Amino acid sequence: MAYQRDGLTALADPTRRAIFERLAERPSAVGELARELPVSRPAVSQHLKVLKDAGLVIDRPFGNRRIYQLNPDGVGAVRAYLDRFWNQSMAAFKRAAEQRDEEVS
Amino acid sequence: MTMQATDTAVRRSITVEAPVERAFWLFTEGIGTWWPPEHHLLQGELAEMVFEPRVGGHIVDRGVDGSECRWSRVLAYDPPTRVVFSWDISLAWQVETDLEKTSEVEVRFTAEDAARTLVELEHRNLERHGEGWEKMRDAVASPEGWDLRGFAEAAKRA
Repeated sequence: MAYQRDGLTALADPTRRAIFERLAERPSAVGELARELPVSRPAVSQHLKVLKDAGLVIDRPFGNRRIYQLNPDGVGAVRAYLDRFWNQSMAAFKRAAEQRDEEVS
Repeated sequence: MTMQATDTAVRRSITVEAPVERAFWLFTEGIGTWWPPEHHLLQGELAEMVFEPRVGGHIVDRGVDGSECRWSRVLAYDPPTRVVFSWDISLAWQVETDLEKTSEVEVRFTAEDAARTLVELEHRNLERHGEGWEKMRDAVASPEGWDLRGFAEAAKRA
């Protein structure tokens, strides 16, 4: 369940946020991102994978490279956010429901 | 697990050790006891959350300074088995006034036995928030940039 775990967390990491913002400016290949940011190429690839799994980014082949861009439909981003939100909230609801001596009225 | 591009809903189901009436009541009128305290739309401090238990009612965040934020409309209210409410919140975690851009949450409560309840939640029509995403993306691409504050703050606190 990597997607659920990483959904919103994907954008909490400063490097991933930087990559995300670069891709918002223009679609890019891994090499371009690695040149512009103080991060190694394998690290960029790893961050892109997380962003992709979170539904924030998509990729497409271009010649012998892959071009990454933001997910234009955006539903993935919304889902990532709410997936995490409800995960947290439902757990809190369960705790509240099972608290027998609670004084709520 | 890969993302389904066509899936525009988030689903969760859990079993709680509580009778169905209690589970339903706590989820609705008792919402303030479990709702993540950092997820409020008020500027100031929150005094209470109010769930108005009827179709046409609202979920209201009420501040200590008397301010109110009605961020949800109750669309279906069938105690103790089902409730549907709207999600009038934008991606920037602000009240969405354009109802075309709001999603909805349905919650079903099923008694497994006298003391246990299955709670199934579906937050659907998420594609309706799409335009907000377009705006967000444009903001990121603007010269001023955008720091994803909402996302990052939420992620840190979650």
